[in-house]
Amino acid sequence: MKENVTQKNTRLVRILVFVVLGMFGFGYALVPLYDVLCDITGLNGKVEAAVKEESYEVDKSREITVEFMTALNESTPMVFRSETKKIKVHPGEYHTVNFYAENKTDKAMVARAIPSISPGPAAEYLKKIECFCFSEQTFKAREGKTMPVRFVVNPELPEKYKTITLAYTFFDNTETSVKK
Amino acid sequence: MSAVVAEHEHDEHHDHGPQKGLLRWVITTNHKDIGTLYLVFSLAMFFIGGAMAMIIRAELFEPGMQFVDPQFFNSMTTMHALVMVFGAVMPAFVGLANWMIPMMIGAPDMALPRMNNMSFWMLVAGVLLLASTLFMEGGAPASGWTLYPPLVLQTGAALPFAIFSVHLLGISSIMGAINIIATIFNMRAPAMTLMKMPLFVWTWLITAFLLIAIMPVFAGAVTMLLTDRFFDTSFFDAAGGGDPVLYQHIFWFFGHPEVYVMILPTFGVASTIIPVFARKPLFGYSSMVYATASIAFLSFIVWAHHMFTVGMPVAGELYFMYATMLIAIPTGVKVFNWTATMWKGSMTFETPMLFSIAFVVLFTIGGFTGLMMSIAPSDFQYHDTYFIVAHFHYTLVPASVFILMAAGYYWLPKWTGNMYNERIGKLHFWLSAVSVNILFFPQHFLGLAGMPRRIPDYAVQFADWNMISSIGGFIFGISQLLFLYIVIDTIKGGTGEKATDEVWEDAHKHGLEWTLPSPPPYHTFTTPPATVPTEHI
Ligand code: HEM
Ligand SMILES: [Cu+2]
Repeated sequence: MKENVTQKNTRLVRILVFVVLGMFGFGYALVPLYDVLCDITGLNGKVEAAVKEESYEVDKSREITVEFMTALNESTPMVFRSETKKIKVHPGEYHTVNFYAENKTDKAMVARAIPSISPGPAAEYLKKIECFCFSEQTFKAREGKTMPVRFVVNPELPEKYKTITLAYTFFDNTETSVKK
Repeated sequence: MSAVVAEHEHDEHHDHGPQKGLLRWVITTNHKDIGTLYLVFSLAMFFIGGAMAMIIRAELFEPGMQFVDPQFFNSMTTMHALVMVFGAVMPAFVGLANWMIPMMIGAPDMALPRMNNMSFWMLVAGVLLLASTLFMEGGAPASGWTLYPPLVLQTGAALPFAIFSVHLLGISSIMGAINIIATIFNMRAPAMTLMKMPLFVWTWLITAFLLIAIMPVFAGAVTMLLTDRFFDTSFFDAAGGGDPVLYQHIFWFFGHPEVYVMILPTFGVASTIIPVFARKPLFGYSSMVYATASIAFLSFIVWAHHMFTVGMPVAGELYFMYATMLIAIPTGVKVFNWTATMWKGSMTFETPMLFSIAFVVLFTIGGFTGLMMSIAPSDFQYHDTYFIVAHFHYTLVPASVFILMAAGYYWLPKWTGNMYNERIGKLHFWLSAVSVNILFFPQHFLGLAGMPRRIPDYAVQFADWNMISSIGGFIFGISQLLFLYIVIDTIKGGTGEKATDEVWEDAHKHGLEWTLPSPPPYHTFTTPPATVPTEHI
């Protein structure tokens, strides 16, 4: 009877430890799961990378306001602004707008701009052909650069969206850069 | 085969009483000793966490900066929560489980006594590590107990220590939970079938499953924080393609069940105490079991009600809103059952019963504010204000903490063999019950008026209610010293009246522990009892 209980305990503990390890793994599995869900739902305005320029039928019947915002992560020593604050576009029309960024330090800097589009569900309709956010940008000491963004609003954008905001935040990645 | 048996005999029976000296408490594997260790430790943490709360309420007594700088203030709110959750409430329930579960199911000890000892000392190590961060460069974590990035990544030298402390606390609770599951599954007296188990045992069984499911997820989340900070991963770092909102999802996948870890055993103790003092069987025993299980299940699928304001798709908001509201149904079943148990009972109002009745009433208030916040559009107003502070303090202080007090009064005579001083006990109850409302009720008004949580200073229109709340806080804090006095006094002999075996009238019909002597001998139920009480069913 006694060693019977011991055996039962050992077996149960083994199963439970297995569950614990599984749940630890599940915590990590939530990371890719979250990205998949974000892709499907367009949550958080996450957008996919560059797309090829294809031609759409331009929808002259409506105008979308596209706004551009710039921000710096707290410790990033840069000047960063968009040369166009907002622009009215017809869906299907290609436009290019310029952004200006400048390294304020005396050392070379590697920085990365992270885009965010709101409202989130509209993100998948804003297609970018060219963007400085697709890769890390290297700035020489005190260097300033004008960087273009070429984009189009897919005419399938649902009627209810009249304004789309495209926001960039520059992060100083000099310490952690993959380019280093 | 016989050699194995002989070895076991040797293993389990070489000591018949406790070891002499202090070393007993270090190396003990006896469930009663370990239960005592857990309970004493959690009481100590209750006062340390309470002292931090007094600092918070002192600073908020008036607008303006009075006593502490803002960084330290935020460290206090963070440490107060972590100490109370992981140092006081959770270990107190593990202590009760250690003491009571073997005695309630007719088992000689916990299933894995050595692991039991280890999980206690790991808890101590974890809490000491956490406390040590107070003295580090840059101060203790000040990001709130939820440890959200990117803010938490700005913690100074303390960050890795806080994270390792979470690891230790997590491993400790996981081991405690595994032990409890093994004990309940494998050590019950043959007559103790699952559906005859006291509800305290049932609720702990379900809680233990919650713990082994969520603590590893939390450990994973803080490990990601650690690697983000020190090893250049970008789980939550936007610059590297990560997303801080992801942390919130992982955290609340743990965090919401975690709040139920603190309330389910509370439900169990309330369901144990109320029938004894109402002198009636518990109303709806099996519905209590099923309600507990459904609450536990639902707790895994409602986490994002803590994140209504992060910008979810409307479908997500709606889903989490309705799923959260569902929890009110099994919770309502419970409140109904407790009330029905008291209905037309021959009630008496000893201190454990007073605390239990206050629990039923005040917990319900916390449940109602929870329902208000589950309405997604309304939650935009309540989120991150003092309203939510009031909500969870109603569900934790006059609920979990009151029930822990009730459990203390209920079982102290059994544990010590002495009766506690009922007059001081009642005084403790009335002071606590009145002051806890002075302390937390005004925080509803502050929150509705827009006072944010986790701030050391506030606009003058919030001054009056804050002052009242602080006064309630000080009375509540001081009143708890009465409990400390009663515990020490009872251990030393109390009123001088010896406790009978069943202590409370007819209690032996409600639980096996009351069939044992008071205090119970060091080893109990070395042979399982032949019959078990069924009055609680
Ligand atoms: C009917 C049951 C309940 C419902 C519907 C409910 C609902 C909610 C909601 C919607 C929030 C998020 C509010 C916000 O951040 O804006 C919340 C927060 C919270 N609830 Fe509840 N709740 C319930 C019961 C409980 C119980 C039983 C406990 C604990 C014993 C609890 C502890 C907490 C805690 C600690 C928080 C705040 C976490 C934080 O942000 O620090 N709740 N609750
Ligand atoms: Cu919750």
